[in-house]
Amino acid sequence: MEIVAPPAPGKLKDLRRRFFATPLQAVMSLISLAIMAFIVWKLLNWAVFSAVFTTSGGPEACQAAAGACWSVIAARWRIIFFGLYPYEEQWRSALACVAVVVMTVLSCIPAFWTGRRIALVWGVGTTVFYVLMKGGVLGLPFVGEEAWGGLALTLFIFVTTCLIGFPLAICLALLRRSELPWISRTTGLIIDGVRSLPLISILFTFAIVLPFALPQWLQGDKLYRVILGSALFFSAYQAEIVRGGMQGVAKGQEEAAMALGMRYWQRIGRILLPQAMRNALPATINQFVISFKETSLVVIVGFFEILASGNAAHGTGEWRFAYVEVYAFIAFIYFVFVFSLSRYGAFLERRMSVSER
Amino acid sequence: MSSLLRNQKVRNALLQLLYVGSIAALVLAGVVIARRNLAEQGITSGFDFLFKSTGWDVNFTLLPATANDPYWWFFLIGITNTLFLGTVGLMLATIVGTIVGLARTSSNELAQLLGRTYVDIFRNIPLILQVFFWYALITHLPTPRAAHEAWGFLLTSRGLYIPFPNVGGGTMALALFALLAAIALPLWLGRTSQLSQAIGQRRGIQFAGAAAALACAAIILAIGRLPDAPFIDFPALQGLNLRGGLRIPPEFSALAIAIAIYGGSYIAEIVRGGFQSVGKGQMEAALSLGLSPWRVFTLVRLPLALRAMLPILANQYVWLMKATTMGIAVGFTDFFMIVALTINHSGQTLEVIGILMAGFLAINLSLAALFNRLNKAIALKGNQLRG
Repeated sequence: MEIVAPPAPGKLKDLRRRFFATPLQAVMSLISLAIMAFIVWKLLNWAVFSAVFTTSGGPEACQAAAGACWSVIAARWRIIFFGLYPYEEQWRSALACVAVVVMTVLSCIPAFWTGRRIALVWGVGTTVFYVLMKGGVLGLPFVGEEAWGGLALTLFIFVTTCLIGFPLAICLALLRRSELPWISRTTGLIIDGVRSLPLISILFTFAIVLPFALPQWLQGDKLYRVILGSALFFSAYQAEIVRGGMQGVAKGQEEAAMALGMRYWQRIGRILLPQAMRNALPATINQFVISFKETSLVVIVGFFEILASGNAAHGTGEWRFAYVEVYAFIAFIYFVFVFSLSRYGAFLERRMSVSER
Repeated sequence: MSSLLRNQKVRNALLQLLYVGSIAALVLAGVVIARRNLAEQGITSGFDFLFKSTGWDVNFTLLPATANDPYWWFFLIGITNTLFLGTVGLMLATIVGTIVGLARTSSNELAQLLGRTYVDIFRNIPLILQVFFWYALITHLPTPRAAHEAWGFLLTSRGLYIPFPNVGGGTMALALFALLAAIALPLWLGRTSQLSQAIGQRRGIQFAGAAAALACAAIILAIGRLPDAPFIDFPALQGLNLRGGLRIPPEFSALAIAIAIYGGSYIAEIVRGGFQSVGKGQMEAALSLGLSPWRVFTLVRLPLALRAMLPILANQYVWLMKATTMGIAVGFTDFFMIVALTINHSGQTLEVIGILMAGFLAINLSLAALFNRLNKAIALKGNQLRG
């Protein structure tokens, strides 16, 4: 007897099965469809069809339009991206941002996931960024930190927070799992204390209160104090993630290393940490995502990062009405960074759960 | 000496002493230097300033406040504001999160898509940006003269005006408490083992309990209403400003909306995770027992999902409670903003930072304790644990 394949379901039948199987399903589909159509139409109409894209008409023509006024971005994109950075030198700020993006992309490639290579990538990337931004060497004019702003400042705070916070987190995690009770207890107290405070209060303390408690020669620039505070906050959370990863490593691993006669640092560096970091990777990326979003809080202690420069872009006279467009634009920039990072995290999680089977 | 150092116990003791000692020395040095620096500016340390009057005002308070009130009263106002904003934000975020989370777990692909888009967009935009956005949106609304009006509600750049019963603050709090009891009492009556009726046959008692609590609320409002004034106070234009009704300031609504939307996207993921953790077999077993889909949901799926969600939800609530400190970005006088203002005005930096830490520790610990109790109360016990 000839085997007959079942008839391929038609497009319409398939649609009906997926969205209109029961009356309840049909109602839900219709409601969802209506909501979607309404939002998409309103959004498209505002952002594209009735929007003004050119600066030729000036703010007045733009305000009269029914839709979005993207000319504010065209007119003010430099202040949003670069803040108060000197006009002729802004290419350096842009190049520095590119350096950070390249560095981030490189550290997402598994080939770079050894301690030495990742340290090399981040060391080189941050140096390039710092030299480009600050200048004073290689014929680049000097630009002080107080003139940094916009996207470059956001990225700088993020990168340095991770760069200081990550090693600190590993130290804290190791100290907390120490067998000496007073060391682990004191570290636990510090970690839990920092975790129970909101980040804003820590930034505020480091920026405004700390100078009272430090001798003159140790105070440093406000920017670096704030970065230190944000790194401390990051490391308190990251330490718990690393500790969780360490708890996932079988006890036998360390015992076997001990039996082989490995010293403490060899055991930690070659046996424990590589496996712990692997366990902790998804949560770590999630922590990076959170800390990227939280760089925006430095606006409260008076830094000119991308959110503050956005406030400045619509805060003056003629563009006062165009705040929605500016915020939408900044939200889009954050979205691009954060969404790609979190998608990458989800991809890694899937990949690792497959390879573990 | 060297043999003593080689002794493991002695070395460990020395190591611990060194670690704890150096941290303590660092903190102590900081405090000493700070006290000296502050003394140079003529600020004496101590908590006496708590009883001096502040000389400045707060823009949002649930408790009566004037510029003559002492600092400790202002701290109390700050804490109540933080807790109030946090509670309102958490409730709204939970509602949003539950709806979006249910959409994400529904069998309808279009609803799933809608839920996923929501989560992807709002989770990936910093909370403070959303706060700024809503604040700008509200303060750009028309002036009171040209307010948007609907059913007695007025939307203006000075805030949202809503009709409100003409009663005092204390009466309102009592009435709200009675309303809360009207919700809680039937739930308690339905579960408690102190009644003789079997669980499931207590409809009458539950209704009676709710009705009694509602009646209490009505009586409280009737007694507490202000004489010779209409019962419900509608906002209306008088001169250039609006009078009457209840004004919700733009700072508060911007923060509450932002926390609801941002927190909702996180809670949606927790809700989704909770529902996905319920084994398929549980639902199939319930269906094969002949329960209707609705009863399968309320009796099997929801209770099991709730148990999986609660610990993660507790963490998220603590996080959102801390997020109320964004108030300082738009000028809402929450606990942290009161702290910052106090440092500015009184200069008692160290003491105020101490109060800040103690305040947040207290808030976090009590939230954690509350959720631990809740978690214990609904945890599976005894025979229920058999999967």
